[in-house]
Amino acid sequence: MDLSYGPEYEAFRRDLRAFLEANRAQAPGARSGEVTSLKDAKIQSWQKQLIEHGYAARTIPKPYGGGGFAPDPLISTILAEEFGRARVSSGVSGQGPDMFVPTLLEHGSEEQKQKYAPPTIRGEWIWCQGYSEPGAGSDLASLTTAGRVEGDTLVINGQKIWTSTAQFADMMFALVRTEPDAPKHAGISYVVVPMSTPGIDVRPLKTMTGAAEFNEVFFTDVRVPLANIIGKRGEGWKIANTTLRHERDMLGSAATSDSLYQALVAGLKEERVDDGRAIADPLVRDKLMALQAKSIAMKCHAMRLLTARVKGEPPGIAGLVTKLNGCQLNHDLAGLAIDAAGEAGALYRTGKHVRDGGRWQFTYMFQLGLIIGGGTAQVQKNIIAERGLGMPREAKA
Amino acid sequence: MDFGLSDEQKLLDDSLRRFLAERIPTTRVRELLETPDAHDAKAWSELAELGVAGCTIAEEHGGAGLSLLDAAVIATALGHAAAPTPFLGSAILAPALIAGAGSEAQRQEWLPKLAAGKLRLGVAIAERVERRDDAGVTLDAGRLRGIALFAIDGVGADAYLVAAGDALALVAKNAPGLSVEAMPTIDRTRRLAELRFDGVAPADLLGRGDTAQAAIASALIAARVALAADMLGACDRSLAMSVDYAKQRKQFDRPIAQFQAVKHLCAEMAAAIEPARSLVWYAAHAAGEIPAEAPLLALHAKSHLADVAMDVVRVATQVHGGIGFTDACDLQLWFKRVSLARQLLGTPARLRAQAAALQGL
Repeated sequence: MDLSYGPEYEAFRRDLRAFLEANRAQAPGARSGEVTSLKDAKIQSWQKQLIEHGYAARTIPKPYGGGGFAPDPLISTILAEEFGRARVSSGVSGQGPDMFVPTLLEHGSEEQKQKYAPPTIRGEWIWCQGYSEPGAGSDLASLTTAGRVEGDTLVINGQKIWTSTAQFADMMFALVRTEPDAPKHAGISYVVVPMSTPGIDVRPLKTMTGAAEFNEVFFTDVRVPLANIIGKRGEGWKIANTTLRHERDMLGSAATSDSLYQALVAGLKEERVDDGRAIADPLVRDKLMALQAKSIAMKCHAMRLLTARVKGEPPGIAGLVTKLNGCQLNHDLAGLAIDAAGEAGALYRTGKHVRDGGRWQFTYMFQLGLIIGGGTAQVQKNIIAERGLGMPREAKA
Repeated sequence: MDFGLSDEQKLLDDSLRRFLAERIPTTRVRELLETPDAHDAKAWSELAELGVAGCTIAEEHGGAGLSLLDAAVIATALGHAAAPTPFLGSAILAPALIAGAGSEAQRQEWLPKLAAGKLRLGVAIAERVERRDDAGVTLDAGRLRGIALFAIDGVGADAYLVAAGDALALVAKNAPGLSVEAMPTIDRTRRLAELRFDGVAPADLLGRGDTAQAAIASALIAARVALAADMLGACDRSLAMSVDYAKQRKQFDRPIAQFQAVKHLCAEMAAAIEPARSLVWYAAHAAGEIPAEAPLLALHAKSHLADVAMDVVRVATQVHGGIGFTDACDLQLWFKRVSLARQLLGTPARLRAQAAALQGL
């Protein structure tokens, strides 16, 4: 057990800290909660500066506008920790740079990489992910949005749902059924669709939080070049699984739980009930400590998974449980914050008595959404049981 | 960054598990449960040769000088085997108390015997965690009076370490005025005893006052981490048995492992166990290397593992169906081992209250 990062990494951390301290005035704040706008000059110029210093798009090869450094899990962790600590935006993020670009670099042609990667990592193109459909959720491979091939053009008809950021997006990476006669997993292609293409209709999908975090996207005879397919026709399912892996690693992170726990404790220390402190209530203390133990366990677990990545060892079953535990923990942290505030816990968004701007009710609902999204808790349990514990798949009905 | 077990620790784990599977399989565990003190002297002496008895004792005192993370690896293997051994009292608590509060002469006298597996010490410090039934031992004019409950490894011990007044006293098993009565618990792999002192003269006194307090505090940290690690081993075994059983047991013409109702129970156990394992490793590492974090982590590790493990043994029983409810099914060994470990040296609620107080909340 050695929890130090080593001198060269500590030097990297020191430099980064100094950089953030010196430049924080020109940095956009860290994005939190709801997304309002994703593309602006401030974040683009900040991103440019970060790329120049090797603090963003670090592992993207230089020809595509990145830093060209080898992937290093310790550096990634230091970057996440220090930007979080400074409460400064870590530059352009979202489904473009975080999910599409890694997939593109793995499966795209040279021409596609040249075309799509640089504007994406500069924050000039915002992306959305067109995967889920009304009839294809957990059973994603049953998707029916059709891509009919006409010469060198793909004509797309159908509907996507749960499409975050579609209202701001310039581009979509989508799964489309191009081989209707092939078995369901073999008939899908991974396609890039410019959102300005005629025939695309984006409608906001208001969720229980009251915000429109998602959209529905309708396609009516949307024509894109066949050359927009990433990888081979019919191999979209395999390619999409690369992206889903990137997504699951992002959900349920220990850093989110830790920051929610810190906010919860800070709030509880101030909260008064009757003539005393709310945190003096033994039941509140008991629940709080149980959640702190889980939060610390997830931090330790993240270090264990980081070690596996550094060593290039498969994490085994330990690598399959983060999303299931993390999202539930975050939901429970918000639940305690709400409960401990009594009736004031029900206040939402405004009013002079609202706690923490009503963030806890938002978080409570939003985390429930994450328990469902990106692979439901039930799908996660199937994966843990089948891949982690070697239990057999359900017999086909 | 290297969070986890070293190659040496994996080797230790592996060799110990093989030893335990061969020397103390559940058939042997069941035999030991029928004996008065659940002690296999030969197996313990062989474990001592492997460095288990002296794992936390310094080499200069005849021990293996291992880390507390090594000790946690050992405890996990012992929990995995449900092995009845005097590990908690004689390899964790007593060495910490003697090393922490004893003089150099006392260390020289007692620690090598513990490390060799030739001395079993019962440890009576339960009243320093919480007092029940008005128990407590005083030390007045060189004599011990009162009652100590829940003395760990208290049945069949060669001598006792007792928190008495502001001191730690060593008491011979046949000291005049001492009576020892077994306290049967749900778990027969560990034996607790009630010690009654009626003007007993201690054989030796370790440090007093702050020295004794500090030694008890660090012994409790080590013991709580060891119990957490033991419960982790119980979790691993219970889950593995559940998965194996679900793959073999057929109903409705298919293995029940195919049913999501069963599969999800197993997945939930695994999902709870893996971060708990990470917590145990970190708490064990901190207990030896990060003094500022060690007390809080030991409280959290013990209370969290108690909750996780109790859930796991309950759910594992459920996965086994009717057979899980029988005495013939070995699963009940871990159910009971966890049932005692959960109560021992502080229940989850008690430890969480301490954790809150420790942080000034």
